[in-house]
Amino acid sequence: MTDSSNFLVIIALLPFLGALLPGVMIRAGRTACAWFTAFPTALALLLLLVLAPAVMRGETIHAEIEWLPQLGLTASFMLDGLSLLFAGMILGIGLLITLYARFYLSGNDPMGVFFTYLLLFQGAMLGIVLSDNILLLLIFWELTSLSSFLLIGFWSHLPEGRQGARMALAVTGAGGLAMIGGMLILGDIAGSYKISEILQAGDAIRASDWYIPALILILLGAFTKSAQFPFHFWLPHAMAAPTPVSAYLHSATMVKAGVFLMARMWPALAGTDAWFYIVATTGLVTMVIGALIALFKDDLKALLAFSTVSHLGLLTMLLGIGTPFAAVVAVFHIINHLTFKAALFMTAGIIDHETGTRDINRLGGLRRLMPVTFVIGTIAALSMAGIPLFNGFLSKEMMLDAAHDTTWAGNPLIVAVLATVGALLSVAYSLRFIWHVFFGPVRDDYPSKPHDPPFGMWAGPAFLATLVVVIGIVPAAIVGPLVAVAGGAVIGDAEMPYYSLKIWHGVNAALFMSIIAVVGGLVFLALHGGLNRIWNALPRPEAKAIFDWIVAQVAALSRRVTEASHNGSISRYLAILIVASVALGAVAFGGSGLATPSREMLPVSLPVLAGWLMLIVATGSIVVMHHHRFRALVLIGIIGLMISFGFVFLSAPDLALTQISVETVTIMLLLLALHFMPKSTPRESSGLLKLRDGVIAIAAGGGVGALAYAFMLRDVDTISGYHLENSYTGGGGTNVVNVILVDFRGYDTYGEIIVLGIAGFVIYALMDTLLNGPAARRLRNTDYAQNRSRDRHPLMMVVATRVMMPIAVMVGVYIFLRGHNQPGGGFVAGLVISIALLMQYMASGFAWTQNRQRVEYHALIGIGALVAGLTGAAAWLYNSPFLTSLYGYVELPPIEEFGIGTAFLFDLGVFMTVLGAVMLMLYSLSRIARYAGEPINVDPMDYDPKQAIVDEKGEV
Amino acid sequence: MMSHWIILPVLLPALLAPIIGFVMRHDLTMARIASVAGTIVLVAIAMGLTVSAAGGETQVYDLGNWPAPFGIVLVLDRLSAILVLLTMVLGLAVLIHAIATGWDARGRHFHALFQFQLMGIAGAFLTGDVFNLFVFFEVLLIASYGLMIHGGGRERMRAGLQYVVINLAGSTLFLFALGVLYSSVGTLNMADIALRLQEADPAEAGLIRVAAMLLMIVFAVKAALFPVHFWLPATYANAPAPVAALFAIMTKVGAYAIIRVHTVSFGPGLEATQDIPGTWLFPAAIITIALGALGVLGARQLLPLIAFSVVGSMGTLMIAVAALTPQATAAALYYLLHSTLAAAALFLLADLVLSRRDGQALSPRPAMAQTGLLAALFFGAAIAMTGMPPLSGFLGKLLVLDALRMPGQITWAWSAILIGSLVTIVGFARAGSMIFWKTTPTDAPDESAPETEVAEPRRLTVAELAPTMAILAILGGMSIFAGPVMSFAEDATAQIYDRDGYIAAVLGQQEEG
Repeated sequence: MTDSSNFLVIIALLPFLGALLPGVMIRAGRTACAWFTAFPTALALLLLLVLAPAVMRGETIHAEIEWLPQLGLTASFMLDGLSLLFAGMILGIGLLITLYARFYLSGNDPMGVFFTYLLLFQGAMLGIVLSDNILLLLIFWELTSLSSFLLIGFWSHLPEGRQGARMALAVTGAGGLAMIGGMLILGDIAGSYKISEILQAGDAIRASDWYIPALILILLGAFTKSAQFPFHFWLPHAMAAPTPVSAYLHSATMVKAGVFLMARMWPALAGTDAWFYIVATTGLVTMVIGALIALFKDDLKALLAFSTVSHLGLLTMLLGIGTPFAAVVAVFHIINHLTFKAALFMTAGIIDHETGTRDINRLGGLRRLMPVTFVIGTIAALSMAGIPLFNGFLSKEMMLDAAHDTTWAGNPLIVAVLATVGALLSVAYSLRFIWHVFFGPVRDDYPSKPHDPPFGMWAGPAFLATLVVVIGIVPAAIVGPLVAVAGGAVIGDAEMPYYSLKIWHGVNAALFMSIIAVVGGLVFLALHGGLNRIWNALPRPEAKAIFDWIVAQVAALSRRVTEASHNGSISRYLAILIVASVALGAVAFGGSGLATPSREMLPVSLPVLAGWLMLIVATGSIVVMHHHRFRALVLIGIIGLMISFGFVFLSAPDLALTQISVETVTIMLLLLALHFMPKSTPRESSGLLKLRDGVIAIAAGGGVGALAYAFMLRDVDTISGYHLENSYTGGGGTNVVNVILVDFRGYDTYGEIIVLGIAGFVIYALMDTLLNGPAARRLRNTDYAQNRSRDRHPLMMVVATRVMMPIAVMVGVYIFLRGHNQPGGGFVAGLVISIALLMQYMASGFAWTQNRQRVEYHALIGIGALVAGLTGAAAWLYNSPFLTSLYGYVELPPIEEFGIGTAFLFDLGVFMTVLGAVMLMLYSLSRIARYAGEPINVDPMDYDPKQAIVDEKGEV
Repeated sequence: MMSHWIILPVLLPALLAPIIGFVMRHDLTMARIASVAGTIVLVAIAMGLTVSAAGGETQVYDLGNWPAPFGIVLVLDRLSAILVLLTMVLGLAVLIHAIATGWDARGRHFHALFQFQLMGIAGAFLTGDVFNLFVFFEVLLIASYGLMIHGGGRERMRAGLQYVVINLAGSTLFLFALGVLYSSVGTLNMADIALRLQEADPAEAGLIRVAAMLLMIVFAVKAALFPVHFWLPATYANAPAPVAALFAIMTKVGAYAIIRVHTVSFGPGLEATQDIPGTWLFPAAIITIALGALGVLGARQLLPLIAFSVVGSMGTLMIAVAALTPQATAAALYYLLHSTLAAAALFLLADLVLSRRDGQALSPRPAMAQTGLLAALFFGAAIAMTGMPPLSGFLGKLLVLDALRMPGQITWAWSAILIGSLVTIVGFARAGSMIFWKTTPTDAPDESAPETEVAEPRRLTVAELAPTMAILAILGGMSIFAGPVMSFAEDATAQIYDRDGYIAAVLGQQEEG
């Protein structure tokens, strides 16, 4: 890249980099802070001036950095006449505002934060005008919305500030989002997102079917930003910001962004009827309405705000007219509006600052008290009115000229008349500004004693007022070249129209319109008191009230919808899930698409029928009796048992074994848990709800049944053939189910034991939390007025479980060892041993058993999961993947030769984890029991006959 | 030569967690050190895997040395690698936050469960087997339930129950779907399913369609898509905030599963099932965006507001996923990375805000200490979430919009995304202005009350702030380096749409073995 390109990128980045400074430099004092804010701005302006001569010669400077080529987004910048004009305005006024704000902000305001926001905003604005890529422009566009949100809400303690900021964000943000759509469409039509290429593709764009949607979406962005009717209402409320912000945002920057965009896109989008009728009409309406409202505003800043709306309307209209002449006039007026409006805002700020009020009704007579301010304010306001010798006059004359030549829907007069009305109102409110503030008698009730501000505060507006006069007198010499080059950039390839920047254009229509405007304006000012009363008596829609109402309504509606749909009802959520699954499943199936059945139905034998009946009866009974927890649990047990029989019948002994042991452990734990719950569940569902749930349940069950029926009738070629073939040769076991569990799909098993281990940890953690919280108090205070057994640890049971213990353990070990070749394995073995231990706990109570237990449950889980994991990882030692098994045969007399493999170790890990998890669950339950006041027994049984004998002997 | 590194994101936390849960369960300091060290190693491993995957080769790890499809395989491609990396980076940030704010001390076994959670998520991203995916769904469900109810409390337990019940229902459905799938194609390996489906007769594919649909519903439950998203707002709003931040990745597991299964196994171009995502996922995603946006605007409290913004972002993500074109999937991937981190940053930040604010209701409270800093961070995180520049949300949104230009899509998708953004922006602006700007005056000292020392609020430590800031910095980086990130996303997408390549990589070794 060339030096100029580098400079361009640096200019664009400087405000953002500079934004880091004020926040830090505020520690060195307010003046230092202002200096370090001015520094990046001034540097950028300097670099811009370095580039300016080339641009003035008609060159365009480009810089491009790849960013996101997939999207067509490049960080490309360009500097042509239009960009130069705007960038100069942004940076130049930025400097003046920095100076002004240094004196304006009070000691209580965090100046560092303010200047940071200001520089961020400046950077965003600068980015918009320098972008050569519409997506990049969008980014900066949204950044202006965000940073202006911060600036407008700077005085966040004021409700007006907060509301104004939110309103500005909502309105300009909405426009920005619409513009995203518009820009994406535009880029698609033009085949590029580069502005310089889009501008070349104007004809193709205007001819496209997508032109209208793109135009409307982009204009939505421009109109909201530039406060065009009916989106104008946010701008006056943004006046809640400190005056330097208002002066900056509403003269040179933020609101001009929309105008800039229309000017930028002018060669590509303008020139069609749609453009003319949308843009020019909106502009015209905005101009008149804004001026009308401004006339009746008593707050100085509100008056200026609506005058800004009006002048933005004027600019929009000029661009909308679509002729090159009107476009060049727009450029000229942008400069003029900037100078007088920024000066006026600063003047208003000075008046507010020095007198303590901005209310016109409380002002007047400041001419003598604040002579400097008076001079500045008067010059700027006369320019705004369009009085000769000031620059506002020149562009207004040209505007009227352009309006005079415009025909609207066949009517040659309407635009000219409305433009004159706008100009007339403009004269009226401008003169009112001068008259009601500076003239009239000196009052003695100003909130504070007025005097001119320090030099630093009026230097900026004074400079601008000087420009107003100088441009007004010798326009061609001062801004002629700039208008030419910027105007040329706006109209693109169109031929430069004839125009001349001078005071006297001879006697023409515009002169008469101008005279009407000035005279009419004076009349309006004279009649202002009466008009004001009429105005105040008229019913007017209050935009803020409407906006607030809409937002409040939408928010209330959102809340209702959200809270009604997310009401926290699990049964409803489940119902929706199930209905969706059944319905979509049915839709997906579509009623056809099944292969012909390849299997015969099996005959129904008597045991099967009996089991099936029991299953049905038990299930049906649960539906009826589920409120009674204990009965429901018994019924669940029956169902589990029947399912196990089903597995046996279908030749799946492993599954049956697992099912039975899982069933047993679960039922036992649930029985223990039942103790702490009410005996019956609450009845919450109404009849209708039950009906609904019943229908859903039947549909879901029917659906699942139908699926099962469908695939049980059909054969499919599965991978299990391989498993059967390789179970012994590759996995070292003849029980293919176990080999699948610990070898073929050992990784699944590893995951599942970890699930179990986590469950143990979770239950432990949960219980710990509960017992340290309010729940523990409730537990302690609940009176479990249930009929407790007098003999909680009966002799018979204790003896029986003791006898059972070694047998059960032997069974467990047996099941574990045979697992690889016969039904069994670590999982079942873990459950069987758990049952053996569970029985001891049930018989003699937790505390007694706990004292005889040497292994910690956490350890069992931890070690189990580790053993399984490390066994798997051991395969790395011989350079095989995780969980690769090794096995061999060992002869250990007197036992017959048996195979042993790493799968054995893995299964051991499974075993330990299962055991640990179950026992940890039990432990947690017993903790509740203790909290609930369960007595701790030290003896194995409540009545120990042996002890009785001892006692007897003792007595003897 | 098979690289054992692939299994480490699963195995390392799986080994570390039991040690933390058993050996270190009485010493929080030890557990913290082990947990952080383990997670740092995991980040490093994930980086290594991502670099390795960036080469473009689909790496396959045959567990137990059984050839696919008979054993289980892990598959590392760009997509799985970047998601594992995302998980671990997010995990590290959340972990540091949880330790710095002391969340981990509010209940037992936080660190063990946290490691198990990382293991579950990594396992889900790496597996090439649908049943194994189910297993890891279980792992991450049970671990997340434990984390969700960490610290206890009535509302949290209630929301936790809702979470676990709905997700268990989803798991049951998953099993049904797998049953149907296995009984119609006879295999569980994703590549093998794809291979067998190519040979399947579309006229007899009724059960396959059912399986594909049910699987999509299951994944949609995880991804929190309407009408099965109802569990998410209450869960995220009531989970401990750092856990909610970690959960930001959990919804993405669902999105990932849809991307993976519906490209590799069911795939575009497969006559029987190709219409399912476009027909059903697309409208569901549109409604999800709407519900998310409404929830944000209507929220009365901060955490529900963020939770609903997550719902909305899932809608945006899933619109892109539903299109099932390479361009849209690449955009979805970028948006996925972004939205995960954005949601996490918001939750972490909300935790810091709520730690110095009286309750989470969006109503005025006295100004809190360090308002400026927190407000700035909130502003940044909200910008990210609502998809405003300069953070990556804006680019993500543009990419998604740009990818959805088909006639049937453009109106609905663009309207939903853009209007949804606006409503979300308004909602966040209202919330932020309420929390940080609209403060009530600090209570005037009550003369009659006995004098108490008003403790100066503790200043936030670096460790408390660092995770949030780091995540925001990553989002900024994703914006600045959007080009390279997007290139990676495009390469990853090209890789997953290359079904033949995937099938060859997974099943190719069959002949050798």
